[in-house]
Amino acid sequence: METVAVQRKFSGKRNRLDKPELLAPAGNLEKLKFAIHYGADAVYIGGQAYGLRSNADNFSFEEMREGVEFAKKYGAKVFVATNIYAHNEDIEGIQAYLQNLYDAGIAAIIVADPAIIEVAQRAVPGLEVHLSTQQSTLNWQAVKFWKDEGLPRVVLGRETSFEEIEEIKANVDIEIEAFIHGAMCSSYSGRCVLSNHFTDRDSNRGGCCQSCRWKYDLFEDAREDTVWVSEEEMQMQAPAPFKLGENQLPLFQEQDNSFSMGSKDLCMIGHIPELIDVGVDSFKIEGRMKSIHYVATVVNVYRQAIDSYMADPENYVLKPEWVEEMNKAANRPLNTGFFYDTPDHEDHIYEPEEKAVPFDFAGLVMDYDAATGMATIQQRNHFKPGQEIEFFGPGGHFFKQVVGELQDEEGNVIDAARHPLQRVKMKVDQPVSYFDMMRKKK
Amino acid sequence: MSTKHELLVTAANVKEAEVLLQAGADALLIGDDRFGMRLPGSFSVEETAEVVAVAAKHQARVYVSMNNLMSNELLKELPEYVQALGKIGVHGVEFNDPSVLAAIKEHAPHIQLHWNAEMTSTNYATANYWGTKGASRVVLARELNMDELTEMVPFLKVEAQVQVHGMTNIYHSKRSLVQSYMSHQGRPVEGHLGKERGLFLIEAERRDEKFPIYEDVNGTHIMSSEDICILEDLHLLMEAGVHSFKIEGMLKPLAYNEAVVRAYRIALDSYAADADAYAFCEEWLDEVRQLQDPERELSFGFFYKEQVY
Repeated sequence: METVAVQRKFSGKRNRLDKPELLAPAGNLEKLKFAIHYGADAVYIGGQAYGLRSNADNFSFEEMREGVEFAKKYGAKVFVATNIYAHNEDIEGIQAYLQNLYDAGIAAIIVADPAIIEVAQRAVPGLEVHLSTQQSTLNWQAVKFWKDEGLPRVVLGRETSFEEIEEIKANVDIEIEAFIHGAMCSSYSGRCVLSNHFTDRDSNRGGCCQSCRWKYDLFEDAREDTVWVSEEEMQMQAPAPFKLGENQLPLFQEQDNSFSMGSKDLCMIGHIPELIDVGVDSFKIEGRMKSIHYVATVVNVYRQAIDSYMADPENYVLKPEWVEEMNKAANRPLNTGFFYDTPDHEDHIYEPEEKAVPFDFAGLVMDYDAATGMATIQQRNHFKPGQEIEFFGPGGHFFKQVVGELQDEEGNVIDAARHPLQRVKMKVDQPVSYFDMMRKKK
Repeated sequence: MSTKHELLVTAANVKEAEVLLQAGADALLIGDDRFGMRLPGSFSVEETAEVVAVAAKHQARVYVSMNNLMSNELLKELPEYVQALGKIGVHGVEFNDPSVLAAIKEHAPHIQLHWNAEMTSTNYATANYWGTKGASRVVLARELNMDELTEMVPFLKVEAQVQVHGMTNIYHSKRSLVQSYMSHQGRPVEGHLGKERGLFLIEAERRDEKFPIYEDVNGTHIMSSEDICILEDLHLLMEAGVHSFKIEGMLKPLAYNEAVVRAYRIALDSYAADADAYAFCEEWLDEVRQLQDPERELSFGFFYKEQVY
């Protein structure tokens, strides 16, 4: 088969009318509700088997049903990640598990292992099958193979560039899902067993211990014929108490950062028009382990950007407040992955990581009385009068204020909101709505 | 030489191929590093043809590794390469990407297909799935343990290949991680950072384990700190019905690989002669142990490990 030549280079000109799906992670039922309320068209969750996040508080079938019911009210869909590479012992239960997912109203499963695809297609044909990014699908022939196998959607490997996506779309008529935001494996997803080697935890069955973000020292075994070592490198000394063999040289100095494979996180908020124009059908956000605040903030921003571009592509502008919002949720430095070029030294993290997100989710708006301007807030983190806080809600509603007088539910003045999930009342400077969020700086 | 089990070894060049066949290999795995991954050497079509000719003299088979994750760009080169492999009489091709499967079926359907997804070939059902797509062999993941391996074989509708000796890949990135690190330090590297540089990583809390790392056209590869050596328990795999035993020769001197092939040859021949009387002899490994890099342990790999998740 001949490759369809891609004539048009990226011009940023709109050539597509379909609105892409915004697909968000939901680590539990509460996160599912936030993701959908804040604008996700679909969420993906993990069940209690066959998923790659064995540490996430995964969904029971009962919770799935509740999640699907909630999603329906918004016209949203729920997908389940069944993306392990199965072992023999996993095979037997697959069919019953998939049937349960279907019965719970799950729209699609995200699958890496063809063993699971086969069972799904044979036994539960109503359940859509999406090929997981764990298959590292990077070319149009491979995409076509999966289309011919009956799959309606392929999640591309994160190594795929804009140009490659365009060529894939030009050659195969299939839904393409691509990661647009979140943490990335620096390896090809699935092609890493560091975790297995270091800790006997199987990364491809959800046990990944993120060894790629550990610290390593890099050495060269400089044999006699080695001509690469510079004078400077010859002078380097291994840090005590490490004992090196003869001719083994450290490729770092005492004060240098350690070697690491850890990648910066992906963020494509600056490139929404290109993503839509190239024809990506589903924009995927990573992070089933991430917080409610993270999911709501990130989904909210992408929702606004996608809607804004679809409504009026000619006059679309990237709003600075979207970028600001992203930075409030980010827990690592951000980059654009492989979309434009292969990541280089500026795309990796060598410095010690600052894990802290700059903001905390402090409260959730439960009620608002327009007559008095009083909001009822469910406490999600400690806050007290005098603190600067921010309110935000779906669609970009946003304002800052200072916490004034706080009352408990009986109307008694209190000096701080101390108790988890405690309901408190406070005056707000602008109208707020149920499910708006309140955050504070750390 | 025809035993029912196959002894397969990688080779870095035509000369090595000859030596390893002489030492007793039944089959060779070679390839072009654009299409194959983590090969001891890269072979042009002409060199591959030479190996096929040499192998024919030993009644040995030649397999070509094409287990790279293909890009759109590489797709364009697949038909010509695959046709050439078909013409020169290559017996089998290792694949992972479905695009290679499609290319072989279209352009050289007589070449056998061996499915090798490395760490993700972990169960019989998926192996059989690829069998229905045309694969005749599965190369099983090195992270499986002996119980998983032996229990799986009866369910397989394709031949099983297991790596029994040498290092394994434990991490593959498309990124140039060594170059990136050196650039980050302000000392970017001019030359290449390939296998011959002898680069290795040491993890902060595992100071006695050296993990080889190198870069090539396919990105950055990190290899295991130990060498698998299953010779002592090879009979378990032979009894279970594993067909092909692979020796990974990358990053090893030829003399070492020769000694390894000889050792496994003795075991296979001894088993073929009289399976009931077969017993492993410690001295089969003497030469291998003498030549073993003292900084790399010979181990059972994951054969006797239980992994959690």
